[in-house]
Amino acid sequence: MNFVAWQMLTGDRAKYLGLIFAIAFSTFLMSHQVSIFCGLMNRTRSQIQDVRDASIWVMDAKTQYLDEVKALTDQDLYRVRGVEGVDWAVPLFKGTSRAKGADGKFRGVILMGLDDSTLVGAPRKVLLGDWAELRAPESIAIDLTGYRFFFPNQALELGRTLDLNDHQVKVVAIVDSSAPFVNLPVFYTRYTQAVTFVGRERNQMSFVLVKGRDGLADAEVCRRIVAATGLKAETSHDFGWQTIWYYIQNTGIPINFGITVAIALIVGTVVAGQTFYLFTVENLKQFGALKAIGVTNWRIVGMILMQALIVGAVGFGLGISMTALFFDATKANLDLRGFRLLPEIMWGTGLAVLLIVILASVVSVRRVVVLEPAVVFRG
Amino acid sequence: MAMNERAVICEGLHKNFGTGESAVKVLRGVDFEVNYGEMTFLVGPSGCGKTTLLSVVAGLLDPTGGELSVLGKPIAKLGSRQAVLFRRENLGFVFQQFNLLPSLTAAENASVPLLAAGWPRKRAVEKAVALLEDLGLGERAQAKPNQLSGGQQQRVAFARALIHEPRLLVCDEPTSALDAETGHHVMELLRKSAVRPDRAVLVVTHDSRIYNFADRIAHMNDGLITRVEEQKYAA
Repeated sequence: MNFVAWQMLTGDRAKYLGLIFAIAFSTFLMSHQVSIFCGLMNRTRSQIQDVRDASIWVMDAKTQYLDEVKALTDQDLYRVRGVEGVDWAVPLFKGTSRAKGADGKFRGVILMGLDDSTLVGAPRKVLLGDWAELRAPESIAIDLTGYRFFFPNQALELGRTLDLNDHQVKVVAIVDSSAPFVNLPVFYTRYTQAVTFVGRERNQMSFVLVKGRDGLADAEVCRRIVAATGLKAETSHDFGWQTIWYYIQNTGIPINFGITVAIALIVGTVVAGQTFYLFTVENLKQFGALKAIGVTNWRIVGMILMQALIVGAVGFGLGISMTALFFDATKANLDLRGFRLLPEIMWGTGLAVLLIVILASVVSVRRVVVLEPAVVFRG
Repeated sequence: MAMNERAVICEGLHKNFGTGESAVKVLRGVDFEVNYGEMTFLVGPSGCGKTTLLSVVAGLLDPTGGELSVLGKPIAKLGSRQAVLFRRENLGFVFQQFNLLPSLTAAENASVPLLAAGWPRKRAVEKAVALLEDLGLGERAQAKPNQLSGGQQQRVAFARALIHEPRLLVCDEPTSALDAETGHHVMELLRKSAVRPDRAVLVVTHDSRIYNFADRIAHMNDGLITRVEEQKYAA
């Protein structure tokens, strides 16, 4: 009877394609929006993830997330270095400034000041140039997004200059950094240079980056730093998640994306349910004939569920392929860096689609189960 | 199976729709029999209860009262699953509107009772093709219902009703959707292919042009069998 169910489903092309489209559209919308949301949230911790040399971040005790910091003092740095279990600790500056290109085009930039001697905190992937060149005065490394903004349609080339807060700076390296939450260019320079470029404040140190001694758990090092200094110390992983949660709890982003996903779920269920119900109603006489002939209710329920699962599987396959194709087609777009379809999102969307097709088929199943087979004798 | 042994026995059969004072009494004490080896017609004006009686005999509706035996079984007393299995094994159905599945071919439609009984599709369809050939429709076995004439569709419906060799065939107005000539041919075919000593055929009709195909004609009016005529069928 599976064959009969399949033929009944695909025999009415318009309804079959309507069902497939409804499921595919819902799948695309849900998986796409959740992917964008996750990518966006992941972006909030991109500067944390780009620091690979240190695993612990030390900051003011009241710091809530990466982008809002109260400066530390040099004494804080020395105290951290004195904590038992700390292998080394270096300062990190994170702030914003404004840069202007030769053509006068300007834009706010994220400025990262790396420890002068070790350059800890620099992203690993250098596209052109050398980190060591940062030791020259008035030099910066710029990420690819920034380079494309200030030097559009130009080949990657070192030695170009920019105006950074009234300082003439030279590009000595072009790097590939993770996309930040707000899609601003990211500039890297030495800590002392960054302070010069930006500041008038007495204290400029945003964070202290720490590496614990080998064999000592980062969590234990954090605990000791907190106990010894009164500052806050978090592992990169924990600080990253803390930043993400800050955005989730304090912005309308999850609500907006949640509404879109909920609408996709509801529209998918309603459209698929209505189409599936119409499909069942139009085949009611046929189902009645099958019941009269001796097909059990359970078998008919199985046929309807099989039809629903086929529609769900095909629609899900199409929708998830559309999402994957979207991210594949846009992966070269610098503004869309970091957005991708995660396996967890794919399987989660699959479960949502399963829910849609089950809900869509429930009404149809009920209609057929209560159907009196004698209906076939009513001309 | 001896001729004239009874396949269906109804004694004082009642069927009401609704309850209490608003109940509609459709069958009001029907006494009726259908014999093996015969084609029995149930005739009467519209609304007299023919289709309801057919539905009760076929196990599709439960009677409100009275006794009913179908092929020796008290079909109304079987559980719903047992009744379904009983119908699947022993009953064949021909419907007024054919009720063929539009997306299946003629052969696939005819094979549905075998598929419902768990036959592999290939074997079921092969048997259906052979039966359609017997019914003169072999070359149209792969056609969809919308590519067939009314008479051809009814022949597919006969094949579907007969493929699992049921012992009781129930037909609801088998010629009402056909013109006179096609209806005549269809009844000839039904008579030839369906009537066997071990099978009973019950036909509900109000098409008086085909009465000559019956062995017995039960006249029904206002929920009761009013008279039964026996006649000799002459091919």
